[in-house]
Amino acid sequence: MRSEMVERESLVEVGNLDHRFPDRILRQPGGEALRACFQCGLCTASCPISLIDSRYSPRRVIKRILLGMRDQVLRDRFIWLCSACFLCQERCPQDVRPPEVMTVLKNMAVKEGILPQGIARMMEVFKRTGRLYPIDDFTAEEREELGLPHLEEEQEAVKRLLEE
Amino acid sequence: MRYALFLGCTIPARALDYELSARSVLKTLGIEVVDLDFGCCGFPIEAVDEGKALALAAGNLALAEEQGLDVLTLCNACTEMLSKAVLALRDERRLSRVNRVLRERLGWEYHGGVRVRHLARVLYEEYGLDRIREAVNRPLKGLKVAVHYGCHYMRPSRVYGEFDDPEFPQSLDRLVEATGAESVNYEYKMACCGAGILNFDEEVAVEMARMKLDPLSRRGVDALVVICPFCGIMYSRYQSLILREGGEIPVIYYPQLLGLALGLEPDELGFQLNVAGVEGLLEKVGV
Repeated sequence: MRSEMVERESLVEVGNLDHRFPDRILRQPGGEALRACFQCGLCTASCPISLIDSRYSPRRVIKRILLGMRDQVLRDRFIWLCSACFLCQERCPQDVRPPEVMTVLKNMAVKEGILPQGIARMMEVFKRTGRLYPIDDFTAEEREELGLPHLEEEQEAVKRLLEE
Repeated sequence: MRYALFLGCTIPARALDYELSARSVLKTLGIEVVDLDFGCCGFPIEAVDEGKALALAAGNLALAEEQGLDVLTLCNACTEMLSKAVLALRDERRLSRVNRVLRERLGWEYHGGVRVRHLARVLYEEYGLDRIREAVNRPLKGLKVAVHYGCHYMRPSRVYGEFDDPEFPQSLDRLVEATGAESVNYEYKMACCGAGILNFDEEVAVEMARMKLDPLSRRGVDALVVICPFCGIMYSRYQSLILREGGEIPVIYYPQLLGLALGLEPDELGFQLNVAGVEGLLEKVGV
């Protein structure tokens, strides 16, 4: 089942290619060197995620971008699995920055309504409180007992910057 | 030496042992830190909206700049995000775009020039190993620890420059040795902890952490020493999930280790908060 799915996902349908897609990424900070990629695969060889699951490959993501496989790229789970360890970026002989490209792709996916559940939940708390982990009563008390400075439960400046 | 202390979101809520030990050690060494009303560094929302992440980072830099202070960080992710923002905001166009948002929403402005430094880097580069060795009054002889740098401490190198090698860093090993403890070499020393994808795929994240922790659990070290709350939480709070065969590795923050060597008490260093058992470690140190 899974291999069939992967196969269909891998098909390059010329009619569905978006030839402007690579240029849109090239214009974003971090995406500039995309076209320099010569597919050596050092990124995938360095990737700790690829080591755990060989279906995930930064090289393939880059190649698909260059081919204009927009929909497949933006729907690819791998862009969210990149742990941003930056090993591939350090080793790339062409100065492509795969983790930064993944960030550009994630931003694009979000604009199209693709937002993984865990990240949506995090964003909800974040927008509501201005903190990743709000300082609840329990934490506030613990901080006081340890003699650590008082912190407001919510962070107002962050909330204001996050407003649409 | 005077810095604005940047805690980020995770440390003041979920890694109080790190915060407490860092404050105690800084005070003992005479490095003054000031608490400002800092907010999130921007890192967690980079995936969702890079522009907003940069604005959040810039807001924090503006607060530090207003006080004429450089920023001292404890979290690797905050360090990377804020350092990257310093670099990105050297671009006039991006700076003016970000400042428009800061002015409209908060009445703030950032002009550039703030430096961002991780605690370990400050101790290594600015305070110096010699002065640390001089300050040690309870040398941790016989203690064997494994260090874990955490990816964003020295990568991407385009952000950090020549500070430490992006693949074979040395600074944390040297800082551990300055306490009298031994930093052992071990397999997967440079492996990523996986915490960066925890809220997307816990299974893969735990698998990544296992890659390091499983062989290390058979290595017989006294502790795993970390300098980032994400790595710390990953290896400690998820440890029972990671080590399926059992076993326990105390995960401690570097200032906890240094604090012991400086003669501070375990309670001043947050050892009462550690998840994985630290009794053996403290017994070995004799406190």
